[in-house]
Amino acid sequence: MTPVATPFFFYLLSGIMLIGGILVITRKNPVHSALALIVTLLAQASIYLMLYAPFVAGVQIILYAGGIMVLFLFVIMLVSVERSMKERQFNSQWVVGMIAATALGGLFIAVYTKGTSIFPDHALSIVEDNNTQEVAKLLYGQYMFAFEIASLLLLVAIIGAVVMAKKRI
Amino acid sequence: MESMLHITTLHYLVLGAALFLLGVLGVLTRRNVVIVLMSIELILNAVNLNLVAFSRLWGGVHGQVFAIFVITDAAAEAAVGLGILIAFFRNKETVNIDEVNLLKW
Repeated sequence: MTPVATPFFFYLLSGIMLIGGILVITRKNPVHSALALIVTLLAQASIYLMLYAPFVAGVQIILYAGGIMVLFLFVIMLVSVERSMKERQFNSQWVVGMIAATALGGLFIAVYTKGTSIFPDHALSIVEDNNTQEVAKLLYGQYMFAFEIASLLLLVAIIGAVVMAKKRI
Repeated sequence: MESMLHITTLHYLVLGAALFLLGVLGVLTRRNVVIVLMSIELILNAVNLNLVAFSRLWGGVHGQVFAIFVITDAAAEAAVGLGILIAFFRNKETVNIDEVNLLKW
């Protein structure tokens, strides 16, 4: 299947993602930041679809926009945000932070302008119609051990979150 | 103009780098712990975008599998991080990350 109007949708979704990201780190109210982050995550799921990764796009929407962001909003409701909204929003090292981020951006620009020959500009043909099956074959075959470790990690995270948030154990 | 209209892997990598920079800027400059955690999610998403773009470039689904593992890690990190945030808020009655200064000299 040939993609339709790829440059237009790429630039549209990139614009939505970057504006959402800027809103996340500049808004005073954490609820607004969370909503901007949800918009960013949904636009990123669409970009996954453009990269022929429908399963990752579905996982992104269900797990990130549906699971993790609900957890974030729940915790924002739990802690009081009124006081922190009246305070200064950026810490006193923000100049150093800006300088460090600019240096990192310069590094990225240097790598991506000098290293374009590393990335061939033609993409290999990818199996489109059985993406989920391919992911499942790798997940339950070659990456079986990593998959089991990931479930153990989730168990540890559940126990850790309960221990952290509980008043007394 | 020709390179602008032909979307290659490099375009996705530049988008990922821009998102990564926004996340780093948020982690380094914001005082609200909730927004610092959200900036960490932005960083993890930038890495995921790179992984899926490389997966498309080399024609396999290994990068996508790795992206799913990164999403699992992000879920675990968010759960533990928000648990720490609740414990912190109970002790200090604030969400300001400048108050976390017990190890400061």
